[in-house]
Amino acid sequence: MEERLKQLQFEAAERVNLSGSLKELNEVRVAYLGKKGPITEVLKGMGKLSAEERPKMGALANEVRDAITKVIEEKQLTLEAEAIEKKLQEESIDVTLPGRPVRTGTHHPLTSVIEEIEDLFISMGYKIEEGPEVEKDYYNFEALNLPKGHPARDMQDSFYITEDILLRTHTSPVQARTMERHQGKGPVKIICPGKVYRRDNDDATHSHQFMQIEGLVVDENIRMSDLKGTLNVFAKKMFGEDREIRLRPSFFPFTEPSVEMDISCKICGGKGCSVCKGTGWIEILGAGMVHPNVLEMAGFDSKKYTGFAFGMGPERIAMLKYGIDDIRHYYTNDHRFLTQFGQKEFN
Amino acid sequence: MFVSYKWLQDYVDLSGITPEDLAEKITRSGIEVEGIEVPAEGVENVVIGHVLSCEKHPEADKLNICLVDVGEEEPVQIICGAANVGAGQKVAVAKVGAVLPGNFKIKKAKLRGEASNGMICSLQEIGIEGKLVPKEFAEGIFNFPQDAPVGEDAIEALMLNDSILELGLTPNRADAMSLIGVAYETGAIIDRPVKLPESDYTSTVEKASDVITVEVEAKQENPIYLAKVIKNIKIGPSPQWMQSRLIAAGIRPHNNVVDITNYVLLEYGQPLHAFDLDRLKTNKILVRLAKPGEKIETLDDTVRELLPHHLVITNGEEPVAIAGVMGGANTEVTGATVNVLLESAYFASSSIRQTSKDHGLRSEASSRYEKGVDPIRVELAAERAAQLLALYADGEVLSGTVAFDEQDKSEKQLTIELEKINRVLGMSLKTEEVLDLFRRLQINAHADGETIYVSAPTRRGDLVIEEDLIEEVARLYGYDHIPMTLPVHETNPGGLSVRQQKRRLIRQVLEGAGLMQAVTYSLTNDSKAGEFALDVREPVKLMMPMSEERSNLRLSIVPQLLESVSYNLARQQDSIAFYETGSVFLKEEGHELPKEDEHVAGAITGLWHFHAWQGEKKQADFYVLKGILDSLFERLGVASCIRYEKGNENDLHPGRTAAIYFNDEKIGYVGQVHPSKEKELDLKETYVFEVKLEAVYAYGQAPLQYTAIPRYPSITRDIALVVDREVQGGELERIIKEAGGSLLKSVKLFDLYEGDKMEEGKKSLAFSLNYMDPSRTLIDEEVVKAHDKVLKAVKEEAGADLRG
Repeated sequence: MEERLKQLQFEAAERVNLSGSLKELNEVRVAYLGKKGPITEVLKGMGKLSAEERPKMGALANEVRDAITKVIEEKQLTLEAEAIEKKLQEESIDVTLPGRPVRTGTHHPLTSVIEEIEDLFISMGYKIEEGPEVEKDYYNFEALNLPKGHPARDMQDSFYITEDILLRTHTSPVQARTMERHQGKGPVKIICPGKVYRRDNDDATHSHQFMQIEGLVVDENIRMSDLKGTLNVFAKKMFGEDREIRLRPSFFPFTEPSVEMDISCKICGGKGCSVCKGTGWIEILGAGMVHPNVLEMAGFDSKKYTGFAFGMGPERIAMLKYGIDDIRHYYTNDHRFLTQFGQKEFN
Repeated sequence: MFVSYKWLQDYVDLSGITPEDLAEKITRSGIEVEGIEVPAEGVENVVIGHVLSCEKHPEADKLNICLVDVGEEEPVQIICGAANVGAGQKVAVAKVGAVLPGNFKIKKAKLRGEASNGMICSLQEIGIEGKLVPKEFAEGIFNFPQDAPVGEDAIEALMLNDSILELGLTPNRADAMSLIGVAYETGAIIDRPVKLPESDYTSTVEKASDVITVEVEAKQENPIYLAKVIKNIKIGPSPQWMQSRLIAAGIRPHNNVVDITNYVLLEYGQPLHAFDLDRLKTNKILVRLAKPGEKIETLDDTVRELLPHHLVITNGEEPVAIAGVMGGANTEVTGATVNVLLESAYFASSSIRQTSKDHGLRSEASSRYEKGVDPIRVELAAERAAQLLALYADGEVLSGTVAFDEQDKSEKQLTIELEKINRVLGMSLKTEEVLDLFRRLQINAHADGETIYVSAPTRRGDLVIEEDLIEEVARLYGYDHIPMTLPVHETNPGGLSVRQQKRRLIRQVLEGAGLMQAVTYSLTNDSKAGEFALDVREPVKLMMPMSEERSNLRLSIVPQLLESVSYNLARQQDSIAFYETGSVFLKEEGHELPKEDEHVAGAITGLWHFHAWQGEKKQADFYVLKGILDSLFERLGVASCIRYEKGNENDLHPGRTAAIYFNDEKIGYVGQVHPSKEKELDLKETYVFEVKLEAVYAYGQAPLQYTAIPRYPSITRDIALVVDREVQGGELERIIKEAGGSLLKSVKLFDLYEGDKMEEGKKSLAFSLNYMDPSRTLIDEEVVKAHDKVLKAVKEEAGADLRG
């Protein structure tokens, strides 16, 4: 009997080993461990044994059963792992095929530039002010120290709607309106972005409609050094920490002194190249100390208050930032142009 | 303004300063130098030659065989094609090995069998612009004066080895429209003195006042009029150096008299005019405003009609010049002129500006008068010109000047406190430093303590207020020396207004949904102006449009967006999705300015979604766009105020358009472009929307509040309802929601069937209804009860039957 049990254990192990599938393995289980299996059969013959041998054989039979169960379980784990492996193999896909496209839109590059500038100045305590695009001659010119008859306000340069109303030629009237609203009390600290219009034929460098963004600070004790410091922060944030700025004298009717700001050329690092026309500097914006006439007209006491203002063209900034060569691209909305600005820039 | 580096050295010592250095310094402290040009850059080996003989080429009619002495042992043979070449001339010869502009190298050549060892040059060929070449040499080679030394460098003789600085003058710097003005500027920058020209000449016993009279009627427009008389002049070319300087400044040489007036104009910035005294006939100058209907033929051979506000110089009878703008043909100095009346005057800038604009005529003279000339130089320039006319036109200058002069020439006195200069600039300059800057500018200034008194010279008409002086100090001291600070003041928080935040959110949502932001023009043509408008009214029109295409302000954004869509379709870009935010312009009765109404609009066409290899393809349609709007309204927190109704809009498909309502106000539309419009614009099926944002911006939504997440299960019932085709799904949904009571949490359409298995004129809409009570588990009976109410309501209100 003992021999028979040992042999069964051996046989069973052999068959488990040969099982190639879970189904075969189950057959082995049923064959050896089932109620009609050989072990049960052997145990039925226990009655013939002596009382001494019976517990010994009982223990042995259990041992054999446990051993067979164990090999079956072990084999089952192996087979299961193989089955999963096989299924995974079958389920594998070509991961290099294109994914399901998710449609996303983009900011227009001019909006990107404007929002970047807005956010920078908001972080320095500025508010964003807006105003009408169809403007009174008074706010567009007179309040900005451009009295009637001034050459810079030629009918030929502006789109008039009536004698006294025109499409604003700059965003400066927003400054005039905002100052007026403050009724002679500072501080005024604003950024004014928006569309402006001039009588220019559209070509690679001119557009009858374009964007402007201006800044204005009016308070007691605002100094030209504050303007320079502010522009320096702007230039470095917008164009890179290693950019230098320089101020050059210029002329605008609404500021005195007036300056233009250049930044050192990014392309050549100031040595001179075709982008900066060999000068090492690129012109970015116009600025100056608010003209006392402008302050007075808006109700500020120019003895007590001073201010600075600056203005620039987002088209030009975007051209410099992204290397765009034709201003008309901004307004034709060619998909092949717009899609190039989907990537977010971080700095 | 073009400034010759060499000429400038007549007035200020530039030793040790290169043209490039100078340009940089001038740019940094006041006037932008836009470019430096060296006219004969790279030109080599061009010499003065003497044409010894000149004969026709036997084989070619238009060619000449010239033997030219170029200062070498043997004369050289050169074939020359210029019609005006001739024996005895002194010419510019590019020798073999010479280099001309554009790196054009001269080599030995054979022309129709004859050797040619060099080239006889025109001025254009050695780098002078055609329009500046004197007329007699414009069509051929240039001739030097007979005394020109053979073999010498021709470029040097023509003074082309010079650097020309191009100054970009801002309107306030009229003082720099002359060499002397630039010399003052340069002198201040490099701290060197300015040497002014002297005007020594001998005048005749005869007095100018014996010959002519001057009368000014229009004193307002003409405060100073000086006239001198120069007799017995010999008309001829002006000296080469003068011609070269004129060319450098961009003025074409004519003859000695005209050249001298132009030369002095460039030197002093004071326009001069020479009349042929004999052709003036009356020996009288009367300055007055033009009479109605009066005409004059100007020097450019154009007859011009004069208006009563045009200032004219007359001989007492008829106009002989448009004052400050252009002389008349009737008194022009010609080759036959013997006696000259020289005018030097001060005309009011506004008068000249208007006249010049009316005639579309801008001259060297008018551009200076427009910006204002220095009244002191009116006489100085006249004397200088008289001296040059005596020297270079052999003229006899009659003594004295016949003058009308009522101009105040006193200097404007300005006072400024040192403290103010330092306060505005953020600096700490000392009185002496400031005074030294004015000394360099050759402006009289003195101080009493920290009060600085400045006498603004008449040449600097731009110095009017304290701030002008601050600018002088700042620019000359150098902006580089101004420190960098940030404003120190009461801080206000910065930020975006609610409106601006909502606008940014709109961009975010629409871009997230797949629309590209477009920016289009606000100006459009007559026919487009009224299309797709939410508010149909007369558009705002420009008084003087540049073109019909840009003559009206838009009433809707959609037409321009569709133009952008067409533009892309024409360039093989088939799937387009745009949005734009911006103003439309609404004329309003009783308001001076139109209402600028901010709208958002969008347009989509082509494939909305395409994922070919997995077989996914979705055409842009009405529901794509509506879905985007839904999520937009959701994000803006206004979804509960929004309602869609079947719409009827101009230019849109009558069956595929919804009007969008914000509570009871119609704020927009979404729909398909009318097929006939699509055809007209070369569009494929295109869907558009436009929404007014005012109501959305103004809406103050309730603050966000958390709702507990339900802990009890919900029960879902699906129903398919058969209704007449005309019944709107939105209406059914409304009825279901109303009837479902508080237990009905959501209603979702999941199927629409209109196929042939339906009875004629019917359709089936299937909804999924979700019932739930957040406080407990629902029992079936409650749901059945609520559900029965829904079925009853849809039957009664919309005639809906459950689909069998």
